[in-house]
Amino acid sequence: MAAAAHETQPATQHATTTGIDNRKVMMWIFLASECLFFGALISTYLIFKGDSLVGPYPKEILNIPVTSTSTFVLLMSSLTMVLAVYGAQHGRLGMMKVMLLATILLGLGFLGFQAYEFTEFVHEGLGLTTNQFGTSFFVLTGFHGTHVAVGVLYLLSLLVASNRRTGLGRDRALHIDIAGLYWHFVDVVWIVIFTIIYLIPN
Amino acid sequence: MATAIGVMTHAEEDTGLWSWLTTVDHKRIGAVYTVAGFIFFMIGGLEAVAVRTQLAVPNGTVLDADRYNQFFTMHALTMIFLAIMPMGAGFFNYFIPLQIGARDVAFPRLNALSLWIFLGGGLLLNSSFFLGGAPNGGWFGYAPLSSIEYAKTSGMTFYVVGLLTLGLSTLIASLNFAVTIINMRAPGMSMMRLPVFIWMVLVVAFLLILSLPVLTVGLLQLYFDRVWGTSFFSPATGGDPILWQHIFWIFGHPEVYVLILPSMGIVSEVLPVMSKKPLFGYSAIVFAGAAIGVLGFGVWAHHMFTTGLGPVPQVVFSASTMAIGIPTGIKIFNWLGTMYGGNIRFVTATYFSVAFIALFTIGGISGVMHASPPIDGHHQDSYFVVAHLHYVLFGGAIMGIFAGLFYWFPKMSGRMLDETLGKIGFWIMFVGMNLTFFPMHFLGLAGMPRRIYTYDADLGWDTWNMVATIGSYTIATSVLIFVINVIKTMRKDKDAGDDPWGGATLEWATSSPPPAHDFDVIPEVRDRDPLWYDRDHGIARAAVPEHNHIHMPPPSYFPLIVALGALLIAVGSMTHLSVLGLGAVIAIYGVWGWALEPTD
Ligand code: HEM
Ligand SMILES: [Cu+2]
Repeated sequence: MAAAAHETQPATQHATTTGIDNRKVMMWIFLASECLFFGALISTYLIFKGDSLVGPYPKEILNIPVTSTSTFVLLMSSLTMVLAVYGAQHGRLGMMKVMLLATILLGLGFLGFQAYEFTEFVHEGLGLTTNQFGTSFFVLTGFHGTHVAVGVLYLLSLLVASNRRTGLGRDRALHIDIAGLYWHFVDVVWIVIFTIIYLIPN
Repeated sequence: MATAIGVMTHAEEDTGLWSWLTTVDHKRIGAVYTVAGFIFFMIGGLEAVAVRTQLAVPNGTVLDADRYNQFFTMHALTMIFLAIMPMGAGFFNYFIPLQIGARDVAFPRLNALSLWIFLGGGLLLNSSFFLGGAPNGGWFGYAPLSSIEYAKTSGMTFYVVGLLTLGLSTLIASLNFAVTIINMRAPGMSMMRLPVFIWMVLVVAFLLILSLPVLTVGLLQLYFDRVWGTSFFSPATGGDPILWQHIFWIFGHPEVYVLILPSMGIVSEVLPVMSKKPLFGYSAIVFAGAAIGVLGFGVWAHHMFTTGLGPVPQVVFSASTMAIGIPTGIKIFNWLGTMYGGNIRFVTATYFSVAFIALFTIGGISGVMHASPPIDGHHQDSYFVVAHLHYVLFGGAIMGIFAGLFYWFPKMSGRMLDETLGKIGFWIMFVGMNLTFFPMHFLGLAGMPRRIYTYDADLGWDTWNMVATIGSYTIATSVLIFVINVIKTMRKDKDAGDDPWGGATLEWATSSPPPAHDFDVIPEVRDRDPLWYDRDHGIARAAVPEHNHIHMPPPSYFPLIVALGALLIAVGSMTHLSVLGLGAVIAIYGVWGWALEPTD
């Protein structure tokens, strides 16, 4: 550390052992934990595959074109997230804010698709308790959707905070970077879920 | 890196209630964890004494079947989640920063948050006694004992929500500890110079970070089953009760190492200091700890040998379970090697440490016995397993915690616990512990099942049950003696000095109790046993600069607010959506205020 005698040095944020900010290390470890969370949910889905005693069964009800579209929307949100991080790191605040907004909107778009899909399924007779497919499907995709919703709130709060007079402060790039890690993770998990539920034939 | 000597502001010595509620000081948080954990330890102990009183004689009438189920379930939940883990967390909080040479943990406010959520979760779980009945389906919550058809009271819903709440607290704390150990070490403190205690905490943190999410999923599924009528675990509609067992034990086995590793770490601190020589085989003990952590994820089905896994899984899990005995055995030789040829000081902390080695070995051996599926067929669900788990948990985890209490009490309070009372208490506890749990081996082999609320005479179980009950009262006496010792000690003047034991690690390089900022100057680490190295090489402690202004994070009430929100969400999930909504609003407000609160 520079021998800056008059710079305030918070006790907990001085140079770290690894050189990586504590908050970023924590996000990485947290995501490791999340892997196991989704791992357990996905395993449950796979274990109950083919165990439904009554219909509707997956192949009768899954609408692959619609969900492929929503998957594309979510994938695009990762692109805009990358651009937001780029903007934050290179001091291009306008770009950062626009791209944050775009990511939020794309995330909301994905959630809209999911809401549409859920209501469709319920109309066609598949509820949470109808059969093992319904149970494991709604719980798995529901918790994924919750993660997207939390991500939207997270990005929204960063966007709001970045419009204050003081902006995001000197850790701006770090804040956006960490949020990006979370967002990409949720996105990657969806690719796995999408493949397992929609693409692998029963 | 004499960094933290920057500008101004100094945490004032403040002792009012508000200062405790808003504290972010890891030492205060650690002290509250330890005290709360000990209080829960006594509550759980009373539950155990009630259970033993019921079982003292055949056809006992102290507790009816329903109450008995509540007591043995709450006894286990309390001991595991509210006593051993929090007392461990108390030591982690207090000594991670002190041992790695930091001024606080990586996230002081998150640290406060985990404390408040833990306290809320503990109260929530225990309030169930007064709100329609406590959990009664065992700490493992097997379906269908936990499903709504068979557990009609709200007890098992309290179990689900209580454990989710406590799990949240534990996850936050574990993330915090892991980051602190990885990222906040003093200059020179490389990973292979970390005190063994810190290594064990790191393994524990990762065990929890990777196993808690699995339990979380299981609990959520159980919640859906109980509250929203899904059938994850009820076979009639396509569900699978064995799935719960897999999920629970994928968490559950790592969890038993979460309980034992901290005590292994404590003993690895106490024995070298009391033997006045460095730990024998440092890298072996570290790698054995890490190996236990990794293998711990691959043995869970040894709890399920009697569910009809089929021959291949039985062989695989039997082999992996026996394999995990190897690193465990390595450690035992490390401790013996440390004492061998040492100039041993037999203080109370040494007594507890040596007892730890002996008793834990007995429990480890019975563990390897039921690693064999045919033998486990006899042991499963019998008192033999109860004997095993208490030798590792009481003989292991609890003995280690008492070793830690006697070893570190001077650092935490500035006062030495009374050695005479300590040794008397130790012997009573040691005798009581063996009186209680050794006969359970015989009872198990004589066919006495666990979790039964009473039994007939003439089954050949009467004598040993009476002996075990007498033992439980003996243990209770020894705990009482410890409490008296603490009260007596707190009344005398501070007499410990900075370093009463001639310790090797950094916590002994500051005053007892340490100042709010832990170290006047962040120490420089040159060896695995830094204080001994400096002593032997005549290196003096760095001088304190004249204008030593150390900036510590200011107190904050946002952790309390977020914890309140989380608790209301938990309560709301059992009562009404409006409570849940209110909790969510409070939590979001708390997080927002937290994010905007200046920390410097
Ligand atoms: C050498 C290491 C160990 C081995 C090989 C081992 C093996 C086993 C096995 C096979 C069982 C299942 C018995 C049955 O239900 O039929 C068991 C149960 C148990 N073990 Fe261990 N164990 C070991 C160490 C530990 C440690 C260190 C702890 C905790 C500190 C522990 C705590 C428990 C508990 C609590 C149970 C009972 C769980 C229940 O059914 O409620 N074990 N052990
Ligand atoms: Cu186990």
